Amino acid sequence: MASERPAHPLLPFVVRVRRRRREMPDIVSLELEPARPSLWPGFAPGQFTMLYAPGVGEIPVSISGDPADAGRIVQTIRDVGAVSRVLAALQPGDPLGLRGPYGQPWPVDDARGQDVVLIAGGLGLAPLRPAILHLLRARAAYGRLLLLYGARSPADILFRKQLERWRGRFDMYVDVTVDHAGTGWRGPVGTVTKLIEQANFAADVSHAFVCGPEIMMRYSARALQDRGVDPARIYLSMERNMQCAIGQCGHCQLGPEFICKDGPVLSLARLRPRLGRREL
Amino acid sequence: MSTESLRHILAQHPYFEGLDDAHLDLLTGCAKNLRFEQDVYLFHEGEEANDFYLVRHGSIGIEVDVRQQPLTVNSVGPGEVLGWSWLVPPHRWGFHARALELTRALALDGACLRRKCEADTDFASELLKRFAHDIEKRLYRAWLQIADVYGK
Repeated sequence: MASERPAHPLLPFVVRVRRRRREMPDIVSLELEPARPSLWPGFAPGQFTMLYAPGVGEIPVSISGDPADAGRIVQTIRDVGAVSRVLAALQPGDPLGLRGPYGQPWPVDDARGQDVVLIAGGLGLAPLRPAILHLLRARAAYGRLLLLYGARSPADILFRKQLERWRGRFDMYVDVTVDHAGTGWRGPVGTVTKLIEQANFAADVSHAFVCGPEIMMRYSARALQDRGVDPARIYLSMERNMQCAIGQCGHCQLGPEFICKDGPVLSLARLRPRLGRREL
Repeated sequence: MSTESLRHILAQHPYFEGLDDAHLDLLTGCAKNLRFEQDVYLFHEGEEANDFYLVRHGSIGIEVDVRQQPLTVNSVGPGEVLGWSWLVPPHRWGFHARALELTRALALDGACLRRKCEADTDFASELLKRFAHDIEKRLYRAWLQIADVYGK
């Protein structure tokens, strides 16, 4: 019921923390519940919301939950600044403001019938998680499904239990690499680009969704192109200084694109002229 | 393992794809087949670097000691090569190498290969082209790791 939504696009509505899960010392996932279910229209994988910490400020946060579970809004936050510190410290029952969802999603429908290669780095697994859950729900509609994940160390692997469950499936390939490890780690050590070079997928009939630090996405995009994936089928989730989230304020502008409205998910074909350019 | 089997493995290994028959024969003469149980060290930092390894199965971790503790900074798996120190004096390993799991590999005798490279510059060129390509790729990756891209 659209009439229940705030009249102005910059007005948040109130949600409460239903559950809080600590993923790592500086990362939490919050399960949020709107005061009335009709306030939340659901979301598509890859979209984000603006979360408002009362009296402190507002930041964009990607949605990491299941898009089929319309009643729960799950968002994963790293404590890195004034607003995220307050949000990450919220406890069940605490209120906060939410606007959204916003942005262009991962093109999961365009990828139907093709292999899908999901490449995540660090916290970048969070915005890809809804896409993975969607793809697994419609598993028969896709070819090979691969998740290649890079983290700083074994202790920094996000959603580790879920990664282990996905890895145990017969219809999904999961590989995890870390930048460095102690002697207990038996998996690969190195960059995620090496996993791309070695992975088994049909490059000419693949879509690739990439999310992580921009430098990691740039090198991953290069490795995907070296494998023969068309830049029009390589999608990156971009991060910029998003403030209004509706393409009005211009803070997140990247060339002709407003990352909040035209992105955050954009094809490499569109981004390539500006990707990796300094000062942009 | 017979010479024919070693030659066949070398011919199938991606690292030596496209190498001609005469050069494969030269390589085969310097190769032996090895197996390393999990956690066995292939070599330690500072030891003489007499061989390099073509990994067939399993994986090998490259370790450095940081504050008296081993830290794995890279790993090599099937289709990859471990070890460049045999190529350049003083032929000493700059790190430790440990089998992360049961690993099968071909070891190639560095002194034997260096002699053959001196005698056959085409062979030397073929080997160096492959190593240079590998070194370039690993340098890119090492820079990305140094950049600590997943940090805050």
